[in-house]
Amino acid sequence: MTKKLSNQQNPISPDGKLTAKITKDNYKQYVFEKSPKSAHAKNMFWAFVIGGLICVIGQIFIEIYSLLGFSNADSSGLASATLVVITAILTGFGVFDQIGRFAGAGSTIPITGFANAVVAPALEFKAEGLIYGLGAKMFVVAGPVVVNGVFVSVIIALLTLLIGG
Amino acid sequence: MLLTFVKAFLVGGTICMIGQIVINFTHLTNGKILVIFLIAGAILQGLGLYQPLLEFAGAGASIPISGFGASLVKGAVEASERNGVIGAFLGGLQATALGVSVAIVFGYVVALLFTPKTKKM
Repeated sequence: MTKKLSNQQNPISPDGKLTAKITKDNYKQYVFEKSPKSAHAKNMFWAFVIGGLICVIGQIFIEIYSLLGFSNADSSGLASATLVVITAILTGFGVFDQIGRFAGAGSTIPITGFANAVVAPALEFKAEGLIYGLGAKMFVVAGPVVVNGVFVSVIIALLTLLIGG
Repeated sequence: MLLTFVKAFLVGGTICMIGQIVINFTHLTNGKILVIFLIAGAILQGLGLYQPLLEFAGAGASIPISGFGASLVKGAVEASERNGVIGAFLGGLQATALGVSVAIVFGYVVALLFTPKTKKM
C-alpha cells in the first residue's frame, strides 16, 4: 500500500521507469514513497520518554533552586537556563545530535531544542566570521521563534488590555 | 514530591509526543515545529488555559517551547496591567530574557571553544 502525501502521482513506476514528467510536487510524492517508513510508534515512544525525562531534570533543578531560596518564578527561569547551558555544552561535544537522532521531538520541543538551534549553527558557521557567520547564523532558527513569540505576545497583551480581561 | 516529578514526566512527555506525531504526519522542519508550539503555548496562555497546566505540571509545562510562548505572554500581560501599552511591549522579553541571554552567551562561548563535529551518518 502506498500512502499519499498529496494528490500527486509518483512519476516513477515501481520498476524504475519514468511514467510522467517530474515536477516539484510529484517529486515530493516520489521521495515520500521512497523514504523508509519511519516507525511511528517507536518515534512517539522515544519522544515521550526523552521529552518527559528532560522535563523531570528541569523539575529537579526547580526543586534545587527553590531549596536554595529562590522564588518560584526565579527557580523556573533558572532551571530553564541551566538546561540551556547543559545543551550548549552537549552540542559542543556533538553529543546532543546523537540524543536528538532517536529522541526526535523529545529533544527539540523542550527548551533544549531552542538552545541547540542557537548553538549548533553558531558553531557550524563560525568559519565564516564572528559577525556574518557566528553572529548572524546563531539566530537562523531561533530568530523566527523569538520574532513570532514577541509579535504574538505583544498582540495578545494589547488585546487583553483592550478587552480589559 | 515524587508526584511532582511524575506529573512533570507525563505532561512534558505528552507535549513532546504530540510534537512527534505532528512531525510524523506532516514532515515539518524543526524550526516550524518550534514556532507552532511556541504560538500554541502563547495563545493558550492568552486564553488562560496554559496557566493551570503550569501549576499542575511545573517543569512539564514550562520546559517545552510552549512554556516559552506562555511566559512571553504572561510577562507581557502582567506588565501591561501595571504599565499599559508600554508594559505590553516591555514585559514579554523581560520575562524570557534570562533564557535567551544565557543561550546567546553560552552559544557564543561554545562556538568559540569547540570545533564543529563532522556529521557521522
